[in-house]
Amino acid sequence: MRRRHFLKLPPGGALLVYSLDGEPLLQTPAGEVQVPLRFFTSDEAAIVEAAVSRIFPSDDTGPGAKECGVTLYIDRQLAGPYGRDRYRYTKEPFEAGSAEQGYQGKSTPREIYRTNLKSLAGLASLSEAEQDNRLRAIENTAFFRLLRQHTLEGMFCDPMHGGNRDCLGWQLIGFPGPYMSWANDIDRHYGETHRVKSQSISQILNRKVVPWEELEP
Amino acid sequence: MTNLAAVDVVIIGGGWSGMLMAKELAAKSSSRIVVLERGKPRNPKEYIEGMDELDYALRYRMMQDVAKETVTFRNEVKQKALPIRQFGSFLPGDGVGGAGEHWNGMTPRFLPDVFEMHKTTVEKYGKKRLPAGSTVQDWGITYKEIEPYYLKAEQLLGISGLAGNPMTGPRSGPFPTPPLKQTYFGKLFTDASLALGYHPYPAPSANLSQSYRNPDGVIRPACQYCGFCERFGCMVGAKAQPTNTLLPVLQKRSNVTITTSAQVRRIVTKDGVATGVVYVSNGKEFFQPAARVVLASWTLNNTRLLLLSGIGNANTGRNLTHQVMGAGATLFFDRPLNRYMGSGSSNMTVSDFDGDNFDHSQVDFIRGAYISSPAYGARPIANFGAVPGDVKATWGSEWKKAAVAAYDRTARLGSSGEHIPYSSNFMDLDPTYTDILGDPLLRLTLDWNENEMKIHNFISSKIETIAKRMPVKSYTMSPALKRYDVMSYKSTHLQGGTIMGSDPSSSVVDPRGRHWQVRNLWVLGASTFPQNPSGNPTLTVLAQTLMAASAWPDR
Repeated sequence: MRRRHFLKLPPGGALLVYSLDGEPLLQTPAGEVQVPLRFFTSDEAAIVEAAVSRIFPSDDTGPGAKECGVTLYIDRQLAGPYGRDRYRYTKEPFEAGSAEQGYQGKSTPREIYRTNLKSLAGLASLSEAEQDNRLRAIENTAFFRLLRQHTLEGMFCDPMHGGNRDCLGWQLIGFPGPYMSWANDIDRHYGETHRVKSQSISQILNRKVVPWEELEP
Repeated sequence: MTNLAAVDVVIIGGGWSGMLMAKELAAKSSSRIVVLERGKPRNPKEYIEGMDELDYALRYRMMQDVAKETVTFRNEVKQKALPIRQFGSFLPGDGVGGAGEHWNGMTPRFLPDVFEMHKTTVEKYGKKRLPAGSTVQDWGITYKEIEPYYLKAEQLLGISGLAGNPMTGPRSGPFPTPPLKQTYFGKLFTDASLALGYHPYPAPSANLSQSYRNPDGVIRPACQYCGFCERFGCMVGAKAQPTNTLLPVLQKRSNVTITTSAQVRRIVTKDGVATGVVYVSNGKEFFQPAARVVLASWTLNNTRLLLLSGIGNANTGRNLTHQVMGAGATLFFDRPLNRYMGSGSSNMTVSDFDGDNFDHSQVDFIRGAYISSPAYGARPIANFGAVPGDVKATWGSEWKKAAVAAYDRTARLGSSGEHIPYSSNFMDLDPTYTDILGDPLLRLTLDWNENEMKIHNFISSKIETIAKRMPVKSYTMSPALKRYDVMSYKSTHLQGGTIMGSDPSSSVVDPRGRHWQVRNLWVLGASTFPQNPSGNPTLTVLAQTLMAASAWPDR
């Protein structure tokens, strides 16, 4: 069994909503909140947290990857079936192909992260400007594209997957969540903003909905 | 291997065509019918829990399990085909209802001349206008012959639409229900198209505009515009799906059995006659004897099963086509669009540049595309991030600010174009890669040719003309069509491989879907279409199935 690893979050009451089902949050004497990780080591999580926070920063436009829980989203995805390539055809032989033939690599998402995070060692302790420089140096790589895609997923997925905490990502862009009907609105509000409180599928149905990664671990 | 009791008809595939065939045959005789579906049963009551973009739209929770079986792909024969390790450019369905559970419900009829494209093109423009290497051929049926079945299929599904579009074929009856409601974006597109003298019409839709009772007595409610059609099952059943349109009827028939988790590996023949099928279920092998076999398992698997069963001939696998979907523009508006609302087919379409609706004498290609204003209901992971052309960043604060501001002020104009067949685009069995059972995968050899690139460029220029007429701040045109790739989603409208025709020397099945050599075998679905018209194929698949059922011989 692997040693327990945590993502450390700075003190602050609002962060307590990070609680994951059944997994206790630990608070250090300094008030730091420690969230248990399923795949990343603490060091890896710190690198990912630094990177996704530069890809989708928290700034005067609104909350970003940090508040939405993007790192925890990625951690859960990698720990689950997606991370071990359950959703990919992985039969041999693996051969290099043309761009049109799509990704032909053997590495699973877990392996891709584990390998590539090594080259970003120390990222978390750099200044934001230095972090941007490190990321700019890899922005045309497949790994960076994956990290950017996962950042968007963690920003805007249903909160049951661990990202988009409290529907903050949806609120940022005015996406209401999976409401059941717009039949009375679809041909009204032409050119005018129509916004309602963003809600997750579990909130709308008022019952727990289980994500795929929990059904097929 | 377990030998099962013989039945009259075994149907391979529990999607639209297989279940419709079962319904039609069960209604006209007491034949014992077994439908074999390799996926799981579906419970549409659970679709409401599936309104989740990540699991369903990105991880393909309702689709074929690619880890077990995929296809291999190459652009041309001199390359080595490699497996499509993650589906992208098309998304095969799985389970009862197949892809008919998670479609958008767009149900146009094909244009009348599509069925006689070779004849009409040669008559009007001469044989030299058929592109080099193309293998365009006629269907062996005419629009006039299939029209009554189109109407019947529309009545079965309750299709919502508006008659009178001068750019489409004549109708012998009205649409069963009026068109869907119009979104703001659809109105802007309509206004601009009308100003240019074009003919915008609501897309015919299998998502109902109002409650409807079909001729079988099946009642479905009106669309709620929740924005979860494509890649999702409909949570209220407003979208016609095999499980809500056909299954309720089939469940009342004592002579029909639907067996799930039954993966057919071979159609067995003896002396040129099909004797039944071999399938695998939960690791065990079964032989299901049958007097007649209907192969209705989606385009790619129809071809693959014929090849695996040794029933292939020189025509099996040829005329592989997809659709030319790339021409489009991303528009940036001043005003919000509320684009989270929508339905899979609440779009307006302009067919003025489709088929041969415009004169091709002065252009250097044949055929065309329809242009449309999709309003599927924008979901955020797939749609966040578009920014006007003057923003170069793709991450970080500057990009985020621009993308957040643009999010609900962005929409795309799209198009759907014809793909004519070429001898260089075909399917056969892969020599290297296998599925989980050890059977060879199907190999696709597929690329775009000049005619498609020219359609793309021409339609792009028309889209740009419309975009300029709309109240946009700016717009970005989609890039030119290059080589066919397996990553970017186009549509799931692959066609060909077991094409129909009136001449056995150039087709696999006759115009009623009956195999030319194995006369007690029928093949249904878009695998029988000789070329790929611009229109979405499901309504034609249903009409063709009804036609085949009506011509079903008693003995």
